[in-house]
Parts: sequence; C-alpha cells; structure tokens
Amino acid sequence: MRIIRYSEAINEALHQLLASNKKVFLIGQGVTSPWYVGTTTVGLIDRFGPHRVFDTPVSENAVTGLGVGAALTGMRPIVVHPRMDFMYYAMDQIANQAANWHYMFGGQMSVPITIWGIINRGGEQGAQHSQALQAIFAHIPGLKVVMPSTPYDVKGLLVASVEDDNPVIFIDDRWLYNYEGDVPEELYSIKIGKGIVRRKGKDVTIVATSYMVYKAIEAGKDLEKEGVDVEIIDLRTVKPMDKQLLYNSVKKTKRLVIADASWKTCGIGAEISATIAESKLLTTLKAPIIRITLPDAPAPASSVLEQAYYPESKDIVLAVENLLKYSCDNNEKCDY
Amino acid sequence: MYKKKSVNTDIPLKTLREMYLTMLRIRKFEETVASLILKKEIQTPCHLYIGQEAIATGVCTSLRKSDYVFSTHRSHGHYIAKGGDLKKLMAELYCRETGCSYGRGGSMHIADPDIGLPGSSAIVAGTIPLAVGVAYSFFLQKKDNVSVAFFGDGAVGEGVFYESLNLAALKKLPVLFVCENNLFSTHMPISACLANIDIKKTAETFCIPTARVDGNDVQSVYKTAKKMIENARKNKGPAFIECMTYRWYGHVGPNLDIDKGLRSKEELDYWMKRDPIKKLERQMIQQKILTIAKKKVIEEMIKKEIDEAIAFKNKSHSPEKIDIARSVFKEE
Repeated sequence: MRIIRYSEAINEALHQLLASNKKVFLIGQGVTSPWYVGTTTVGLIDRFGPHRVFDTPVSENAVTGLGVGAALTGMRPIVVHPRMDFMYYAMDQIANQAANWHYMFGGQMSVPITIWGIINRGGEQGAQHSQALQAIFAHIPGLKVVMPSTPYDVKGLLVASVEDDNPVIFIDDRWLYNYEGDVPEELYSIKIGKGIVRRKGKDVTIVATSYMVYKAIEAGKDLEKEGVDVEIIDLRTVKPMDKQLLYNSVKKTKRLVIADASWKTCGIGAEISATIAESKLLTTLKAPIIRITLPDAPAPASSVLEQAYYPESKDIVLAVENLLKYSCDNNEKCDY
Repeated sequence: MYKKKSVNTDIPLKTLREMYLTMLRIRKFEETVASLILKKEIQTPCHLYIGQEAIATGVCTSLRKSDYVFSTHRSHGHYIAKGGDLKKLMAELYCRETGCSYGRGGSMHIADPDIGLPGSSAIVAGTIPLAVGVAYSFFLQKKDNVSVAFFGDGAVGEGVFYESLNLAALKKLPVLFVCENNLFSTHMPISACLANIDIKKTAETFCIPTARVDGNDVQSVYKTAKKMIENARKNKGPAFIECMTYRWYGHVGPNLDIDKGLRSKEELDYWMKRDPIKKLERQMIQQKILTIAKKKVIEEMIKKEIDEAIAFKNKSHSPEKIDIARSVFKEE
C-alpha cells in the first residue's frame, strides 16, 4: 500500500473504473478542467476522450437526466455536480425519476447511476456555494447516500457506488481532499451500508459523517488527556444506515453524540437519534443525546461568521463533557 | 416482385393497414377505459389519448422494437402503438399485480422494457432528458438505434425541454423529439402559456431539422418521422417534429370540459370532424384498400382483444399488502 491524498484516490478510482468497464462514463461540469473538480479528473480526457468524459454546459437537470436515461439501458454513468448546491436544479431527475423508477414499474428496470455531489464550502463563498444536502437525499426512498471520509474509503465507495444497481448519491467534501491515507493500488470496493469504528472506547459514542470524523478523532485525542475514552463511529453510508453498529456501540457506552455538518432540523443527527430512541436502548441511556450540526441558518459569507457556523472538535469535546456531567447526577452543571 | 402501394402515397399497403388497426385499437381501448371510469371501476387518473392516435401510431410504426420511446402522463396510446399488451395495460389501470407495472404505476406510469418503452412519467417534460440519455447510450455503444421523446405542448414551458434539446444538438444524438401540440396545457390554452406559440420555430433555434405536420394525418406523421428516424440512425443527429392535434376529452378523465368554460363546443366539433381515424378510413375505402365488411372484421377482432383484456384483469389479483416495500431497491 502507499499513502496518497483523498483527491488522488478519487482520480485513481475514476481512471480504473473507466479503464475496466466500457459502460462507465463521467459527465458533468468541469470534468476536463484541471482545477474545477479539485484535480480529481486530471488525465481522464486525454485517456478516454470527450464522449466518455463529457464536460457539459450548465444544465444540471438535463445532464442528470441524460445519466438516468443512459443508466436505464445498462450504462454506469457518473454524473458530477462540482458544487452540490446546483443539484437542486436536478431534483426532478434525482427524486422523481431516478429514485422512483425501479419501484414505479414494479422492479422491471433499475437505474445504476452514481450522482457525485461535492460540498464546496468555506472561503466566504456564502449560502449558495456551501451546502451539504445529505439529509435531503437520504429522505427519499430509492436513493442510497454515501459519505466517505478517508482516502481508502473514497476509492472503495466510489467503486461500490458505480457497481451498485441503484442510484447512489456520492457526497464528498472539498475539505477532505488533502487528507492522506493508505490506499491499495488495485480496484476494490467497500460494501455500501457498513460503518466502521475509528476508535474503540467505552465512555461515550461519537457518530460522525465525512469531514466530522476527523474532528471527532481530534476531540477523542483531547478527551483522552482528560481520561475520557470515546468510541468513534464513521458512518460512511448515511443510507442505508448501519444500525447494528450504532446499537452495539451505544449499548456499551450508553451515551451518544452525533456530529454531522448539515442542518439540525430533520437532519442525519435527527435520524440517528430517532433510531436509538425507537430501540430498546432508549431506557439504558445515561444522558440525553447531543447533536453537533450546523445551526438552522444558511451559510454566511463573513469568515467571522463562518467560524461560528462550522462545528469544530472543541464543540464535540464540550458535548462529551456535558454528557459526562449529566451522568454524574449533577444535572444543574449541565448546559442543557 | 411488384410491391403494391396506395394510390397517392408511397406508403406500403401493409403499413397503412397496420396503422389503421393500431389507431382503431387505441381508440376502442380508450373508449372502453372512459366508460369504465364513468362506472367508477377505474380509479387511477387516466389522461385519454382519443383524437391524437395518429401521432403515436405514425411515429412508432417507423421504429424498431429495439428503439426506445418515452411516454408521458398521457401514456396509453404510446404503449399500444409500440406493441404493448392490452391485457397488461388493462390490468395496470385496475392496479393489479399482473399489470405492466405490477400495479405500482397506474395509468401515468406505464412501461414494458421488452417493447422498448422503459417508462412514462407524470412530471411534465421529465422524460425528455431520459430519451436524450438513451440516445447517448446508443451513441457511446455505436448502435444504430434511436430514442423518441413524446411530450405535449405544455412541456415547452419547462426549462429541461430547452436543456435537453441543446444537449442532444450539441452531441448530435440519435433522438427524435415529438411534440404533440393538442393546443392545451392542462386547462390552459397554449396561447396563454407561451409567448411564442410557434413551437417548431423555438426548436429551430437549436440548429436541428424540424417539421410541423398535421398530427391528425397518420401518413404525414409517418413519412416525416420515418425520414427523421432514418437520418438519426445514420448519425445525422436529432430532429424535432411538431404534430398539430387536439384531444377530444379534457386534460384528465372522460369529461369534455365544455360545460366548464374551458373550450367551446364549436372548437371540439371542428376537431372531431378532423378525426384521424375517419380520415384514413375514408381514403382507404375510396382506394378500395378497405371495405365495410373488412372494417367490421377488424372491429370485431379489437373488441375481442379488449374483452380478453377485461377477462384477464378479472382473473388478476391486487398486489399483496406485505409487498408494500418490494422493489424500492434492486437487491444484489
């Protein structure tokens, strides 16, 4: 194995997918640009030509629909939206067409499409260049939603998304692109729907998605210095959710913090909380569940406000400390 | 061998007879559906195709089975014209497990991949980019198949219509856009919806071949579509055909909508006089390609097909409640 960056792992997966399967093609804005999709598509156009690597006009709805239509004939398109904010334009094709097609016609045809949305936030980009829409897509029956955090996972889950017979919303975060990690050179896939324990611990379970996994790991190191032993779960797939992994961990720790950098209301944290609340584990919890999310507000442009907007590891540390205070029966010390 | 042709067209007699049969089959099926809706037997909202039969028929007769067509909320005519099974269609309108969409789709979601109809969508213009995508797949795989997007004049109000035409023209894809201009977008006359009601002209801006034909003349539709489809097969890119027509019933269901003030009886009468089936029938009888006796035989045959479809539906069960979440995903 070698150590490569997250963005390089995506690029390698794309090269290997296009080389190994003639049915795979990549379509979307900026796929022939050296910078548009963060170097992840470098070299593809020279190797595979302008039809299998189709750089498109800004027509998200029709471009996504083109992918869905091609998928109905057995092709394996990857449609990229370099800023997932623009996916709202394609909602009809994603939610009405792709998601429903298999069910609506009684299972006769499936839509093996990968719709790749990039969270491209920070840098004072403001409300329409910053959004993380995982919860919106997870709500819709017929869609799978994956959010890889490590270079190893991003390659394996991109391959798995393309190999899956169903529409998969593949979401990555530009803030992950320079993270490094071990990545095998060969083509491999990671099973969709399986989370992973990033740190074993006994005191508190932290469930995190995507970039927040790294924030949770930082928090875990700080908390370790205080003698607190957290368990960190990287969800990897938002839907279908690895409920058993959650149950196993919460059963052990009896305390739960959820860190997902999208909005709070009806978000991924809400779904995980409800999953635990509906289980037998509810009555075994030693403290309420805490969600670390974005505030229910659009993304601001001001960098001062951005600092207040995006959760950090210190927010996770504080949440864990609060949970532990609560469980000491000194509830008045607790901030909530 | 000498091939018999009709007097004033170059369409083979066999094709003319086939088209007459298809149009009549659609008409009789839809009339039956209308009566079953009035009896409150069929619940699923049906957008009837009566009056527009020449369009689906003329276009689909020019296609191979392996060519794809995408339909709309007004789907029955396209399904029948592409070779769909009346039994499975009738069962779907009763939402039975034996329906062409297993009772999960209803009237607006009709499909049979085996006949080249991968589906129909209730979202206006929603299937136009899908047809472009199928054409892209044919193009990538170097197949000489074409795909067809059927849509109404109302779809011209949707942004994805323009995006799709542009993409297809940009990549020279083998897709035929068929606009069935029945002059209405749901309850609204199209003149109240579009600043430019010359839809053919709108399509011309994408630098592709376009045509406007009498959508109640199956021979015009057939000849124009056939030429465009043959060109698309030869990598000459997409084309656009606007078919002028009129739906006899209202937007949805078996009502005429005259009493609701949406349109006049005079307007409907004018279009009913231009019945696409009668038009072909008159010509065929004049040219002695069809006789009254032969017509009766055809009508009897269609009646039998429809009776069999109803009998099939009667023997069929509704889906089981336990299967409510079946097929949300395709399992490994």
